[in-house]
Parts: sequence; structure tokens; C-alpha cells
Amino acid sequence: MSATAETVEQVKSISGEKYKYGFVTDIAADKAPKGLSEDIVRFISAKKREPEWLLEWRLKAYRRWLEMPEPQWSKVQFPPIDYQQYHYYSAPKSDDDRPKSLDEVDPELLATYEKLGIPIKEQEVLAGVAVDYVFDSVSVATTFKKKLEEVGVIFCPISEALERCPDLVRKYLGTVVPVADNKHACLNSAVFTDGSFVYIPPGVKCPMELSTYFRINEMNTGQFERTLIVADKGSYVSYLEGCTAPMRDENQLHAAVVELVALDDAEIKYSTVQNWYPGDEDGKGGIYNFVTKRGACRGRNSKISWTQVETGSAITWKYPSCILQGDNSVGEFYSIAITNNAQQADTGTKMIHLGKNTTSRIISKGISAGKSDQTYRGLVKISPKAEGARNYTQCDSLLIGDKCGAHTVPYIESKNKNAIVEHEATTSTISEDQLFYLRQRGIPEEAAVALVVNGFCREVLQQLPMEFAVEAQKLVGISLEGSVG
Amino acid sequence: MLEIKDLHATVQGKEILKGVNLIIEPGEVHAIMGPNGSGKSTLSYVLAGRDGYEVTGGRIIYEGEDLTELDPEERAAKGIFLAFQYPVEIPGVPNSTFLNEAVNAVRRYRGEDELDKIQFVKMLRAKTKELNMSDEMLKRAVNVGFSGGEKKRNEVLQMAVLEPKLSILDETDSGLDIDALKIVSDGVNALRAPDRSSLVITHYQRLLDYIVPDKVHVLARGRIQKTGGKELALELEKNGYADYAGEEAA
Repeated sequence: MSATAETVEQVKSISGEKYKYGFVTDIAADKAPKGLSEDIVRFISAKKREPEWLLEWRLKAYRRWLEMPEPQWSKVQFPPIDYQQYHYYSAPKSDDDRPKSLDEVDPELLATYEKLGIPIKEQEVLAGVAVDYVFDSVSVATTFKKKLEEVGVIFCPISEALERCPDLVRKYLGTVVPVADNKHACLNSAVFTDGSFVYIPPGVKCPMELSTYFRINEMNTGQFERTLIVADKGSYVSYLEGCTAPMRDENQLHAAVVELVALDDAEIKYSTVQNWYPGDEDGKGGIYNFVTKRGACRGRNSKISWTQVETGSAITWKYPSCILQGDNSVGEFYSIAITNNAQQADTGTKMIHLGKNTTSRIISKGISAGKSDQTYRGLVKISPKAEGARNYTQCDSLLIGDKCGAHTVPYIESKNKNAIVEHEATTSTISEDQLFYLRQRGIPEEAAVALVVNGFCREVLQQLPMEFAVEAQKLVGISLEGSVG
Repeated sequence: MLEIKDLHATVQGKEILKGVNLIIEPGEVHAIMGPNGSGKSTLSYVLAGRDGYEVTGGRIIYEGEDLTELDPEERAAKGIFLAFQYPVEIPGVPNSTFLNEAVNAVRRYRGEDELDKIQFVKMLRAKTKELNMSDEMLKRAVNVGFSGGEKKRNEVLQMAVLEPKLSILDETDSGLDIDALKIVSDGVNALRAPDRSSLVITHYQRLLDYIVPDKVHVLARGRIQKTGGKELALELEKNGYADYAGEEAA
């Protein structure tokens, strides 16, 4: 029996196949030794043949990271992270000889994606999605490049962007999320290995949805991808990000950074479906998802919209935010967070109103089941100069069972008298009446729960691009399996 | 079709049904009337298998099978439908999605092929047309913002779509004006067939002008006190439930 088959069998027997994506691909990896030091940072930078300025940037981050304290203000609880137990670089062997086409991609790797339900070829043809696959740390296949090149869109691994357009990367990297923003982002700055870079030239509406699938495969690998999206004046792009990871008993660290920059009249729509391994029923294993996502609406009339469906990870610590600098700029945050079993999530957003007539909208739907614990944490900040700023926030929590928790922690700081800030919050449970009604119509209990929850999330699900919405709806049902009865 | 034998049931430890006996043959429409608090709604919930309504004695035989151990969804799949007195709101779930889920869940249970989107929409359109209902109702979230009449019509639509063998109507007439009452009754009557039966639970005789029953039972103090033809309903209308009211009746 091959190692892969063995693992699959093992996983099946342990989990009863509950986590569908729990398999391991057997590919000889090119790894850095375990642990973190200046040498490792240099190793990564050398491996990626990076310019000197970036190495310096990384080293500066590393030194800051050593001194920075862990963020303590969130409600999640976990034992201290041993940063020396991880590998900070892992790439499929063929790094020096990148595949030129899909035919050259390791078939086992392609099979992995197929198990994830995203066969590359099929996606190319059917969905018209250009996918930049990130496997462990290095992107292995980028599709639809040509079509994008025709309109001048750059969509490639960030390491490639450093060769193709180093000035663009240098101009924007770290300008939205500064190196020392927080300890997790700082770590990412020191050791990030890959991620996507997107540049949309002025006036261009990106002809297709851009999509990246992230996947953590190697044991003890932290994944530290870094994504940078720049939408130049009057441009538009919709970017999708999906995540899964195989099952592991140990906790894996995922500390990503995403930076978005929208210039005058530009719009960026960023959607995430996050389904990292959540750990088992007792909370053993699972991903620590400590992610810093932030967008800057730098230009007038610019718009950034975050949509997230967070169902996975043992711990989620994530606050996709918008800095509304440009006058009339718009920030949106649509979120569904589902926690089951022993999962913990502390998630929300920050809307920082700096420009005049800036508006923001926050719709958060939290579903807690099992003995999970979830917190919505959101900041709406209106600066003195943000004349006419407006915010609307709606936070709804749904509880399933009587052992879970839901908390809403809104922070509102308004320094402008003309600003209008609204906050609405509800907490409800799935009522016995609703379940009985649906079951009386023949819908089994778990499907009934999924239906009620999908209804509860509808406003947010509708924000997702079509191909993601279907997947997300199914995910809602899968994540809540075993939460009733 | 349905045989209820000496049925005893408790709710929160309190015995509500104290030996109900009832036989409904295929094609028959039976009415159960009775004062408030007599156990009418309890009977409908017990038949549908609602949690918390515990059968402590007796049997419910439906098409030759004892139902008491079956889940609500299994009973539904076997053709038992309960039209609710207070239909429940399901925010964010469009009526058509709900109906689609229900139809296919039942089909799966019965080992039949699921209907694809096109087949389902075609069937649904035919039903709404039959019942003179607007398609607009299908797009709205289940019962959310529906008027009392709309909610009851929605129950009838669900019944028409699921084509149950045994329909239980729990005070479907409550809160309906005369026009709505007529529409609902037409819907129920349209479903009448030699192989289908109905159990109509009501407080007032009025509904039975529109849905004419084969038999009328008076339920009071947890038992069927009297059984008769449709004329019994008229008699009750005239004399009230005073003859049957024990110390437990409101």
C-alpha cells in the first residue's frame, strides 16, 4: 500500500470520513530545516533568488518579530506556539524546473486538486476561472495567463512578480499591512514563501474571476502566503480564495497577509471560502488561522468588498479591514463564520473612515454549534476629517445547542459630529418549531438545520460569485454535521 | 388508512389524551371538534410525531404499520401531512427552495429519483396554477411577512405539492376571513380522492360547510365522546360544547 493510500485508510478509520479533504499527497518536498532563525530567513530569500532590498525587509521584520508580544486581546485560547517546531519553507522538488504547462505538472499533484473538487482542466473550460494554485508554498500552475496578459492584467505568484515587475511590488508591499502591524503579520513578512500578486491596469475590468486555492500539505509546515492586489484607477477585479488542508493531529500555523490597494474609482471584491481542517470532535489538531487582511481605498470613489465564509480551522483570528482614505470610498464586509465541536473563532472587521463621505457596511452572520466559541469583534472608526461618513453594521448570531457561545464586541469611535453609525445585533437559536415544521415536510433533521442556517446566511451567500456560492452552501451543511440530535 | 387504538399521550408529564379510539378508511374525511384544551392539537402533534409529545399507551396504526417509533420526517415520507395552525417562519429560505428540499427528501426516502430543477419548477407551476396562487409567493421566504390567510394558503400549496395520503388540518380555519376560507377549502377538496383521507380539526362548524366530512367526532377531556355524521357539527354549533365540558375544559 502506498503511503498515500495508507494515510487515506487511516484517516477514514479515525474520522469516519467526516473531513472529506483529509488526505496527504506523497511528493518529495524540498524543505528548509525545522525552526526559525536569521539563517532560515536568508535561506528562504536565497531559494527564491530575491533582490537585496527584500532580504533586508525580511530581516527587519524578523528582528521586530523577536521582540513583539503575541496579541492577547482576542477571546481565543491556545497553548503557547512553539515556533521552532515548524518548517518555514517547503516546495515541491521541481522548483528549479517549473512546469511550462499543465502536462508537466506532477500528476499526483493534479490528483490532489481533483480530490479537492477543482480539476484544473475542468475549471479552465467550465468555470472560466484563472487559478493560481498554491501548493504548500510555491505556485505550480497558473492558468489563463495569456488571456489576462492581453488586457495587461498581471496575475502570478508573488515570487514571479518580483522578477517581472519588481518596482510595482516594492511600491505597494507592506504599505497596507506594515511589517510590524502585529506579531503574526510580522512573522509572515519575515518568512512568507508565496502567494499571489495581482495588478489591474487603469480602466481595465478584469475579464474573469481570479482564484487561488491554498492548501497546506507537508507535515509541520506553516503556510505564510502573502497576497498583494493592486487595482489601478478605474479598474475592477474579483478575487476568490479557497482553502483546505489535510487532517493532522498536531496544530499547524497559518499566518497569511493579504493587502489590497484600490486607486481612484477602482473596485476590488475579495471572497474567501475557508475550510482548513478544524481538528477533531475533541479539539485535537486543526489549523491556527491567524490572518491579517486589509484593504486600502486610497483613491476617490474606490471600493473594497470582503466576503468570507469561514467554516474550518481550530482557531480563526481574522479581521479583514478597510481603510477608507479616498473621499466617497466604500468598504464592505460580509461574513459567515461557522464553528462546531471545539472550534474557536474571533473574527470581524475594521472600518477606518478617513475621507469625506466614506461609507461602510458590515453584515456578519455567526453560527455556533457543539461546544464551540465565537466572537464578532469589529471596529468602526470615524476620523475628525471624515465629514458625512456613514456606517451600517448588522451582527446576527445563531446558536445551535446549549453548550456553544456567541459574543459580539463592537467598538465604535466617532470623532466627527456629522457621522452616522448604526449597529444592530441579534442572537437567536434554531427553534424547535422550525425544526419540527421542516421535518414534518419530510426533511431530515440535519438537512433541516442546514436549511435554516443557509437561510440565516442568505444575505452573505448572495454576495459570493456563483461558482463559490454553491460550494459554500454545501459547506454550511457539512460543517454542521453532528451538531444536532 | 388510520387506526388509533386506546391512545394515551402526555405532554410535560401531564396526560392529555386518555384513550382515543378512531378509525379512518381510505377516501374518508373525518372532523374532530371539541372545546379548547380538549386535546385536539395534541392529537395532531402525536400523529405527526413531535418531540415532547409522548405516547404512553395504545397504538397508531397507519397503513398497517405502527407509527409510534418513527421520526416526524419518516412519517411525512410515508404520506402524513400536518397543516399547522400556526405555520412557522423560516427567514431567508425561499418557499420554492423549501418545497424542492421537501419533495426530494421524501422521494429519496421512498427510493424514487429526485426531481431535477426543471421537472420541479414545472410541477410547482402546475400546482400554483391549479390553486390559483401567484408565483410571487414562491420567491418569498417561507411564511415570513405572510398574512394569516397567505400562511394557510401556503400550507395548502405544500399539501398539494407533497400529495399526502393522510392530511391532518389543525384548526386551519382559525384567523381566516370567508374568502380565504373558501380558497383553502377548495384546495383541500381538490385533493380528495378514493385513496386519500383527511382529518380536519376545528373548533367551529363553519369550515365543515366547505369541507364536508363523512364523520364528525367530539373530542373532550382527552377522549372521543361522541361520533356522528355531518349533522353532529350543526348540533354542536347550536348547543355548544356544554354537554361535553368536564372540569378540565376551558
